[in-house]
Amino acid sequence: MANEKIRNFCIIAHIDHGKSTLADRILEKTETVAIRDMEDQLLDNMDIERERGITIKARAVRLKYTAKDGEDYIFNLIDTPGHVDFNYEVSRSLAACEGAILVVDASQGIEAQTLANTYLAIEHDLEVVPVVNKIDLPSADPERVCTEVENVIGIPAMDAPKISAKMGINIEEVLERIVTDIPAPKGDTQKPLKALIFDSYYDSYKGVIIYVRVKEGTVRVGDNIRLMATGAVFNVVEAGFMDANSLVNNGSLEAGEVGYIAASIKSIGDTQVGDTVTNDDEPCDEPLPGYRKVNPMVFSGIYPADGAKYGDLREALEKLQLNDASLSFEPETSVALGFGFRCGFLGLLHMEIIQERLEREYNLDLITTAPSVIYKVTMTNGEVQYIDNPTNYPDPALIQTAEEPMVKASILSPSEFVGNIMELCQDRRGIFKDMKYLDDTRVELHYELPLNEIVYDFFDVLKSRTRGYASFDYEMLGYTPSKLVKLDILLNGDVVDALSFIIHTDKAYSRARKIAEKLKENIPRQLFEVPIQAAIGGKIIARETVKAMRKDVLAKCYGGDITRKKKLLEKQKEGKKRMRQLGTVEVPQEAFMSVLKLDS
Amino acid sequence: MSNTGLYIHVPFCAKKCAYCDFYSGSYSRKDSDDYTDAVIRNLRHYAAESLTADTVYFGGGTPSLLSGEQLKKIMDEINRGFTLSPDAEVTLEANPSTLTPEKLKSIHEAGVNRLSIGVQSMSDSELKFLGRNHTAERAAKAVTDAQDSGFSNISCDLMIGLPGQTPDSVYSSIDALSRLDIQHISAYILKVENGTPFDCDEVRSLLPDDEETSDLYLAMVNTMEAHGFMQYEVSNFAKSGFESRHNCRYWKCEDYIGIGPSAHSCHGGKRFAVESNTREFIESPVQNITITDDSPCGFEEYAMLRLRLKEGLDLRRVPEHRLDIEKKLPQLMREGYINYENDIVSLTAKGFLMSNSVIEYLIF
Repeated sequence: MANEKIRNFCIIAHIDHGKSTLADRILEKTETVAIRDMEDQLLDNMDIERERGITIKARAVRLKYTAKDGEDYIFNLIDTPGHVDFNYEVSRSLAACEGAILVVDASQGIEAQTLANTYLAIEHDLEVVPVVNKIDLPSADPERVCTEVENVIGIPAMDAPKISAKMGINIEEVLERIVTDIPAPKGDTQKPLKALIFDSYYDSYKGVIIYVRVKEGTVRVGDNIRLMATGAVFNVVEAGFMDANSLVNNGSLEAGEVGYIAASIKSIGDTQVGDTVTNDDEPCDEPLPGYRKVNPMVFSGIYPADGAKYGDLREALEKLQLNDASLSFEPETSVALGFGFRCGFLGLLHMEIIQERLEREYNLDLITTAPSVIYKVTMTNGEVQYIDNPTNYPDPALIQTAEEPMVKASILSPSEFVGNIMELCQDRRGIFKDMKYLDDTRVELHYELPLNEIVYDFFDVLKSRTRGYASFDYEMLGYTPSKLVKLDILLNGDVVDALSFIIHTDKAYSRARKIAEKLKENIPRQLFEVPIQAAIGGKIIARETVKAMRKDVLAKCYGGDITRKKKLLEKQKEGKKRMRQLGTVEVPQEAFMSVLKLDS
Repeated sequence: MSNTGLYIHVPFCAKKCAYCDFYSGSYSRKDSDDYTDAVIRNLRHYAAESLTADTVYFGGGTPSLLSGEQLKKIMDEINRGFTLSPDAEVTLEANPSTLTPEKLKSIHEAGVNRLSIGVQSMSDSELKFLGRNHTAERAAKAVTDAQDSGFSNISCDLMIGLPGQTPDSVYSSIDALSRLDIQHISAYILKVENGTPFDCDEVRSLLPDDEETSDLYLAMVNTMEAHGFMQYEVSNFAKSGFESRHNCRYWKCEDYIGIGPSAHSCHGGKRFAVESNTREFIESPVQNITITDDSPCGFEEYAMLRLRLKEGLDLRRVPEHRLDIEKKLPQLMREGYINYENDIVSLTAKGFLMSNSVIEYLIF
């Protein structure tokens, strides 16, 4: 296949703006999938993705399209994650394409995420093809949205296809634009192999399957390939492309093509997204630019609710890691929660997704500790420590400086909510950078925010203060010195390690009070009174008490039915097994979780 | 020859009380005759064991619906098949409204020497809430008539945790009963049982909350003791020497045989229960039983039952658990749930209110 008949592209869209629906329509129109086999939103094949309407992992599919010029074209549609946590994966997916379709909702306009990803696409020299979707909605205003695209992004948009992916309106126009507007890939099939890994997953029969975009050269079955970042060498067993449902082994892949390679790779850790694949016998001079190792930003302890399920949890994490090299975990123990794992995530959504998959796909009941970021602590002796678990926070007397990670946040919102947003960001120790009007009604705000202020509930609160209209995106900025303290929670006088966290001094009192109140609500009255205290160092800064229960009695005891009475007692005892026993205090699972959801 | 207690479950009621979940059905003369015959058949079944019965307890249901004649037939059979101790305690549960002087006379003549009268309250508004078909005055009359008929060991039931009940109204009820010169009071906290007509939001919303009920219970215990009714079990109070010997069998892991639908037994080293089905009981040559426990009175059960009694658990009787239990005592004492003297752990009134938790904490 000559390169000029290939189009490699992705779709950029905000959640709910119709990316998956458009992808489905494209698949349908190109007859890649027989219509009767269509399941709504075919590309998102994880349950969670389908329910949340987001795409977690990139995927690629090869389509055949006969254009109006009578020629047959090969389309490689590369599906990208839409969320900031997966920003790096997005950038690698973009690097595999020559063009991007920008889907904008005809009534809602551009959102923060879309904007960030579009800028990213432009940075990668992609041809951006704007498409206005959902024109069937009564509130649709395609003209206004086109103007917004022109003003904000600075690309011509007045003649953008106006479509409804849901109703199947004007889909052909999008396909024609792909042919006419997006350039064909360049590349020399005779040069040494140079291919970009933009995704990988673990297949239990074939080992790791890597998704690649071949930039130069050719890869064939039987070749020895080298992954340049890790240096690992493998023998190619299959090379080919993906149709909507399966892998098609084609024997080779050439420059300009998008496809997969299977090479009996056992560990996904060897196949880092962004790495360059070359031929081990005839390697290229230097790898493709832009590779970096992805590091977890947010950490949390994950424990099985039932201690006996520790082995199951380990197994589940290992399986998830096969498909997700960005998930890290190592065993940790907590006095309160027993044996569990300290897990590292790319961001909040990534954390939520992993937790949800563990619970749903592996049927585990989990207790999760408050998410923590990595603090950089310089000790008085000059030693630098990175702390991702509050339990390990050093004695303040030994700390010279403590630093916390900052992010650069971009928030897009209707202008009427600017006051609310500023209030929220200030409350979260944000530093205002700038604000600009995108048009008469929409603004973009930039703040610098400490990451630990957004790891709890920032996005939820932002949504509720803007009636769901604001969108939010962030990128890492680095470390800044901060006044941090470790806040401990004590039940009945004993520190509960799983509830400790690190917080800015100014926030400590109000957070301590809220946590104490939440715990009071969630710890049931029991045989003995339960004092709840929050402390910094030895100093108690908040206090609540769960009063002792007063009545728990089976008054009636006649007819001699002793067996039933004994069973009732045993049942009561069973019921308490679901609680964590901390000394004489019984703490239900919900209490640990409740402190993660402090309303602001 | 071993001792036992006999429990006869009489599964008839003139009217089912809305809070009650004990097994009973409607009364007819024919059914009660057939039932009496079935009780007699079952008593005969045990005759071969040559047992001595030193307590007999007619519970229900409403045992006072049986005629004096029917009761006499049953008592005669007990005398034939068992050795009835000369000082045997023979109790009959009775609804005040069934206790006419004539009825009382015939019950007494049948050999019953102790009455447990379902008074429930001496406040007419509380009785009305419970749906009882008697008044306080009728209840008092039943007691004095019983005394006139020769009964000198009378217990009355009292219910606490009723809508509008106050420590004062509890005091009044106990005081009124005390004036009637009775020997024993069982005071139960009303519990809404699943599936009873009381099991609905309208009723629950009327009931005092746990705090108020706890206060009522503590006031009740004080009032009882002030009137000379000493607490000997979570819900039972007696003048000295008038503790229910039959009920104490349950709490002391002693032998008892239950006859009648839904009756429970602890006999011959096993606990067993009779099917809750009056028709089946009447028609079967011998009642159908299900074993509920084939090694009763282990440590947990022994301790659980002992701790319901004011006399408490003697740790010398459970040496292998002594250390575990002793470790837990200081905190319970500090909290005022227990007393610990002369190796004996016993619950306080506050402890009885929390007895499930306290017992569970101590024995598991």
